[in-house]
This record gives sequence, C-alpha cells and structure tokens, in this order.
Amino acid sequence: MTIVLTINSERHQIDADPSTPLLYVLRDNLKLNAAKFGCGLGQCGACTVLVDREPVFSCLTPISVLDGRRVRTLEGLGIADKPSPLQAAFIKEQAAQCGYCIPGMIMRAQALLEKNASPTQAEIRDHMQTNLCRCGTQMRILRAIDRAAKDMKTADAGTTTGAAR
Amino acid sequence: MLRRILIVVLAIVVLAGGGFLAWAWHDELPAEPRRDASAYDPAVVAKGASLAAIGSCAVCHLAKNSPSFAGGYPVETPFGVIYGSNITPDRDTGIGTWSPAAFRRAMHDGVDREGHHLYPAFPYDHFTGATDTDLDAVYAYLMTREPVRHDVPAPQLTFPLNIRLAAAAWKLLFLRHGEFVPDKSQSPEWQRGAYLAETFGHCSACHSPRNALGAEKRDEKYAGGIAEGWIGPALNAASPAPAPWTAESAFNYLRRGFDRAHGHVAGPMQEVVEHLRQANEGDVRAMATYIASLNGVAAPDAAAKAEQAVKNATSRQWPIPGRETTGSGGSSTTGLDGAAIFAGACATCHHDGGRLPISRPVALGLSSAVNGADPRNLLQIVLGGIHPAPNERGAIMPAFSGTLTDPQIVALADYVREHFSGKPKWNDTGTALEAIRRGKNS
Repeated sequence: MTIVLTINSERHQIDADPSTPLLYVLRDNLKLNAAKFGCGLGQCGACTVLVDREPVFSCLTPISVLDGRRVRTLEGLGIADKPSPLQAAFIKEQAAQCGYCIPGMIMRAQALLEKNASPTQAEIRDHMQTNLCRCGTQMRILRAIDRAAKDMKTADAGTTTGAAR
Repeated sequence: MLRRILIVVLAIVVLAGGGFLAWAWHDELPAEPRRDASAYDPAVVAKGASLAAIGSCAVCHLAKNSPSFAGGYPVETPFGVIYGSNITPDRDTGIGTWSPAAFRRAMHDGVDREGHHLYPAFPYDHFTGATDTDLDAVYAYLMTREPVRHDVPAPQLTFPLNIRLAAAAWKLLFLRHGEFVPDKSQSPEWQRGAYLAETFGHCSACHSPRNALGAEKRDEKYAGGIAEGWIGPALNAASPAPAPWTAESAFNYLRRGFDRAHGHVAGPMQEVVEHLRQANEGDVRAMATYIASLNGVAAPDAAAKAEQAVKNATSRQWPIPGRETTGSGGSSTTGLDGAAIFAGACATCHHDGGRLPISRPVALGLSSAVNGADPRNLLQIVLGGIHPAPNERGAIMPAFSGTLTDPQIVALADYVREHFSGKPKWNDTGTALEAIRRGKNS
C-alpha cells in the first residue's frame, strides 16, 4: 500500500507494507544513508532520527505511524559545505572515530538542544544514554554537544536545509 | 435545658480534645553524644545494612546526585508532596543527635527525636512491628554512614494536613502498635519471610488498596495498589500473573529482577530489586516463600500451573517469519492498526523464539502488565521502556513515547491485550494514558 511520508520537509509516496521500519525506507527507498542499522532492536541508537521534536529509533518505527508527522534525518541538518552548528561542533571536537554511531548521536543531541539551550553535563549524559559508541569517543561526543550548546547561543537552533520550516 | 446540653457537649469536646493532645504529646528525647564509627560492632552494622536494603530505605531517603540517605526525594501522595528526610548522622540536618531510643520511637511510633509527629508516607505502620534488636542494627548501620549536611524541603501538604497533629489523628485511627507475630503453624522460613515482608519490606504498602485517608485497607491486603502512577499488582488470589508465584520464581524476581514465567521487573519495583540484591540472600528467599504463599495456591499446584501458563503464553507468541497484520480493528492508513504497529515496533524482540544477547523477553502472555485489569503498567512500559539503573547492567526496552502518538499507543496496547492475554478487552485505555500524560499518580 502507499503511505505518504514527510522527510526533511519533502513529501514522499512510499509503496511498502505498513509495518516496514522507517530505517529501511530511508536507506533502501530514499537513499538517505545517514541513519545506520546497528542492532535493529532499539538498543544502540545508530538509527536515531527525529519525528516531530522527539528522537526515535527508526529501526523500530513502522511507517504506518508517521502519517502527518514530520521526520528529520541528519541530511536535513546541514551539508558538508555548510554544516549545522551541532555538526560543526562534532567536526571541531573530532568526535567521530569510525563514525557509525555519529548520525544517531547528532540527531539525539539535536532534539535535546532544541528543547534545552543550556543543558548541564548531567542532562547531556542522561539524554544521550540510549546511544552507544563502541570506539570510545564518548567524551568527545559529550564535549561536542556542550560546545554546540554554547555556539548556538550566538546563532539560531541550527537547522539549515529546510529542516524546521 | 438546651444550655445544659451545650455545656455537656462542650465539656466532652474539651476533654476529648485535651485527652487527644495529652496522648499526642511526645517529649523531646535528649541528644546523643557523638560516637565514633568504631563504637559499633561490624557484624551488627552488616545486619543493619541488609535490613535497610530490604526496607529500600534509600529509595525515599536518597537525594538525586548525592550520597545515600541525605534525603530530598519527593514522595508524591494524593495529599501533597513529602520529602524523604536526611537520615545520615549529620548532627544539624540529619539524625546524628538521635539515640537508639529516639530511632526506635521514630520507627515504632512515627515521632521524631524532638517529639514531632511524622507523616505516614514514612511507613511506620509497618516498621512498628520490627524488633528492637533489628532496629538497633539499622541504627548502627545508619550511624556509621558518612554524615551529609543537606537540608530537606518542608512537606507541601494541604490544610489541615500541614498541621503535624493531623498525623497523630491518623495514627489514632490506623496505627496498630506491637511486634509482628507470624503464624506459628508455618515453617520457620515462612515466618521469617512474613516478618521481613510485613515490617522492613513493607510490601503491602504498594500492593494493597488504600482508603480515603491513605491507610491500607486491612480487609483487602495484597489485593493490589498504586505507586507512582504504576499498579502494584495483587499478590493474593487476585494476582493477575498467569503463572502463580512460587517460592523459586518469587526469589528469582526479587533477587535478580527476572523470572522465566514472569518476565523482567519494571517501574518502581526495579529500585526495590536493586536494593534486595544487596540484602542477605537467605532473607530474600524467606520473603519469596512468604510472598508466594499469598495467592493461596498450594506449592506443587503452583509449579504445575506455572508450567502450563508458560505453555499457553508460548502458543500465543508472535510467529516469525511472516507478519500477521490482520486481526485487529482500525485501518493501517490511519496508523491505528495495533497489529501493524506491533509488527514494526515490537515484534523484532517480542517474537516466538526471540533471543537477545542482553535481554530475552518472555512471552507477553505471561506479563501481569498485559493480564491485569488496568492497562496502566503496560502503558507505562510502552511510554518509558525499561532501563537498568545508571551504570548497571540489565534488560533494555526502548521508550516509545516519542515514536507513537497517543491514539497509536492506545491501539497498540489494546491489540497486545487482545492478542496475548485472552482476557476481556480494556475499555479505558485512552483515559488511563491521559492520566499518565497528565502526571496524575493515583
């Protein structure tokens, strides 16, 4: 059956089973490859994207529940030439090693910063708890989020290509 | 004549009031001189530590991001918020000046060292049954903790409950003093478990309904209660668990937070299990023996019935491969087909033969959250998931509060109820969800 999805402000008609996980549609149908398949069980966070204002595990989000809701992926935040403040902070802190978890980390952190412009270290840790990094760059990731929060005070919430229209 | 009657009534009121005040009056007990930790026998301190773990003292007497027992945890009651007090041996803000006698009086009578009545959010209606020796052990344990200077906010209660004498009136109505006496016809292990569960463990505080004044209903003990927005499931014959509790399964649950016929611990009970892990193992076994006896099912029958329940629940498991997207109301074009939501959001873990390296969910048909008459616990788990304590290992279920809209959560919960429990439909799932979203805890 056909389901209409709004992803990074673009509407897409998807022909798939309603129980298909959003992650598969993003990667296979739309070639939006930022969100990663890690565990497929909502235990690692590599597939995190935003639905409305909330971070969700796209591997456990059937497309049937997304009617009329707004999906945002890393591709909607910024591009290599013009990264969002959060992406820029991840680059400045060199927060990626293998990079597999990073799109999920950034999207989860984005949700936090949109709600709380000045999170404490404890709030950042608490919020990021569901996302795992196996390389060991957690400390850099935490620093990048902290840095982004400070950078964003002088800019806007950090959405570029049509993400927050 | 009328005047005479009025005078008599007035006299009775004055006498009764005076009598009540005299009864309610408690002297301040003398301050205890400071003592070194070495003054306490380490064996007694260890015993006290285990009893404090069984009592889950740290749940309410723990401040967020501060050491154990410094207080500050907001206990939300239907009457207002009460903050767990500082029970570290700090002499100014804790209980450092309390003598063993003052500590016993607080635990037995709900009166602090200065003579103030304490509110029954502090479950002295249970602790009143504890022996002096045990209380002295808990005292020794608390007095050997690090003193922490930490002022705790005053209770925020509505008038007239903000007057501490209200607590005295409550005690007059509901507090039964005296050491707990178990049924002597039972095994020594059962008796030990009964004593611990009824006194320090205060299990029935969450697993029994309460009356309008917040006291446990004696005639409905263990018929199920409410705690922090969760149902404390019935442990008596009305238990919603399809597998009757056995001493073994109750021990697994209380000690490890998991049993194959009941699943993983969730909600406020998670913290209880975190504490029971640190208690004396034999004591936890004894409590399990007592708790398992509450449903009235004889032990051999309970084990056989539990096996049957596991079989029944397994036969209702979600099959893999192939998705069942029929069998539930609603239409998938509106995203309200509970079966389709289950297939995409839940079945990856909750399917027949599902094996996770970290946590293996049991068949949903075994869950008391799915089988209970009230949908609240299932909704709470769907919304918030299950997470181990910070820095601890344990089962993880992700939270779905942001993934699904409220109507979708209702459709999913109703589907899970219908498909896995075989019990009558819930009629009030939407109302229950709304209440949780509003943060209404009772």
